[in-house]
Amino acid sequence: MSVASFTTPTPTAISSPASAERQTEKVSIRDLDFFYGDNHALKDINVPLYLNQVTAFIGPSGCGKSTLLRVLNRMYDLYPNQRATGDVRLDDDDILSPSQDLNLLRAKVGMVFQKPTPFPMTIYENIAFGIRLYERLAKSELDDRVKHCLERAALWDEVKDKMNANGLSLSGGQQQRLCIARTVAVRPEVILFDEPCSALDPISTAKIEELIDELKEDYTIAIVTHNMQQAARVSDFTAFMYLGELVEFGETTTIFTTPSDRRTQDYITGRFG
Amino acid sequence: MAFSHSPTLYRARRRRNHLTMGLAFAATTFGLAWLVLVLGELFWKGFSGLNLAVFTQMTPPPGSAGGLLNPIAGSLIMTFVAVLIGTPLGILAGTYMAEYGRYEKTTMVVRFINDILLSAPSIVIGLFIYEIMVAQMGHFSGWAGAVALAVIVVPVVVRTTEDMLTLVPDTLREAAASIGLPRSLMITKVAYRAARAGMITGVLLAIARISGETAPLLFTALNNQFWSLDMNAPVSSLPVVIFQFALSPFKDWQQLAWTGALIITLAVLALSIIARLLAAQRKTS
Repeated sequence: MSVASFTTPTPTAISSPASAERQTEKVSIRDLDFFYGDNHALKDINVPLYLNQVTAFIGPSGCGKSTLLRVLNRMYDLYPNQRATGDVRLDDDDILSPSQDLNLLRAKVGMVFQKPTPFPMTIYENIAFGIRLYERLAKSELDDRVKHCLERAALWDEVKDKMNANGLSLSGGQQQRLCIARTVAVRPEVILFDEPCSALDPISTAKIEELIDELKEDYTIAIVTHNMQQAARVSDFTAFMYLGELVEFGETTTIFTTPSDRRTQDYITGRFG
Repeated sequence: MAFSHSPTLYRARRRRNHLTMGLAFAATTFGLAWLVLVLGELFWKGFSGLNLAVFTQMTPPPGSAGGLLNPIAGSLIMTFVAVLIGTPLGILAGTYMAEYGRYEKTTMVVRFINDILLSAPSIVIGLFIYEIMVAQMGHFSGWAGAVALAVIVVPVVVRTTEDMLTLVPDTLREAAASIGLPRSLMITKVAYRAARAGMITGVLLAIARISGETAPLLFTALNNQFWSLDMNAPVSSLPVVIFQFALSPFKDWQQLAWTGALIITLAVLALSIIARLLAAQRKTS
């Protein structure tokens, strides 16, 4: 990590202007409604995730950002009385289809959580475990893949001498990068970050942000964050949500400089939320 | 408005604090005193009879020398078989309740019934097994004893398995699901691993619980004065021998009963210590 990138965060959207017209839709969300029992948590959401772009979801607590993320890998299916209706597609694959193979879907749509959640096993096993699920590799190949994933998550140098240590023995920031490496290991196409830095210190946060910027070369990324500077720093597109509705979606620069909706304006200038 | 202390109020609170602390200490001392008295008596009388013969000779007829080898062996075998039957049943049921059926009505019903079973008088369990096994087979047997003990093991293991799995945070399950793990692997590879120490503790506590049970064995395994490992025949056990010998008028039998009680107590103590150590390990990991 370079010091410069930490001290002078440059919004990626400015350095490489992204424009919606030239983008390919990796994930498309149309007419999405979501219910927790009788609680209508998401109302008629329409938003794309563009290929190899970072899309940030911002909005006050309880606005439905995390819920939206949990639709994309059907995480809500683990719980009863939660249901989604609408048309959500990964490429052409209907995510909400009842016949959707959830395990394959989740291998394609990875997720990094708010709290670091390493498995209670060694650092090596945390990564190798996921790889073995879908691929049969020789020991040396597996070792290479584990190394590659840890390098990808900028963690290799810190853990290469203690691969057999418990994943839980790492610091919070390291654990979170271990979780990113674990996610990358199953070769997803989309990675969902659900407030990945809210439990981390500023330096760890900077590392993760830098990582997200690198990862978008290979993956399509969605990130939920409470930190508006973070959204401005890491994302190409931003969606502002409020009370279960998508208020505004657009290029991050536009959203943060000339939002078209009054509520967006109020939120990003800190008047509520 | 200026803030002012009221010294009398503070002193009154301090007095109440001292009084309550004093009462708490007194209650603790009172409780512990009985434990110390019971254990002291047990160690005093038990250790004096503890020698090699206890572990190498059979239970004697009144008036001659002997040991507790056959009841020790019988207890070990029946406990082993009971745990072998009860643990898988308990773990599977607990897993269903915590993982698959957490939000089902069935789970609430099973949990309720399990709690009743947990506190059921063990003599009722003995009578029940007598009815369905001993009466049907026409004779007392080690198998019947082991099954009766297994019925005591199951609810303990169900309870601890469910509790320990419920303590595994949902975020860990979501993390497992997020890399495409099917539910079965999520449970066996991730949730079990996170809850392992607690689940083993549950099994150890179940063993501790059954190793002192007398009532269910009286109606099932009965007793056997001779060396017998035949589980189809009556099998001797420490609690039943203690019960019989302690009630007898013979001094040497009474001595063996004390020694047997000491052996059980030490075994249970060792199990509890191991269980505690495992629980402590779970908290630090």
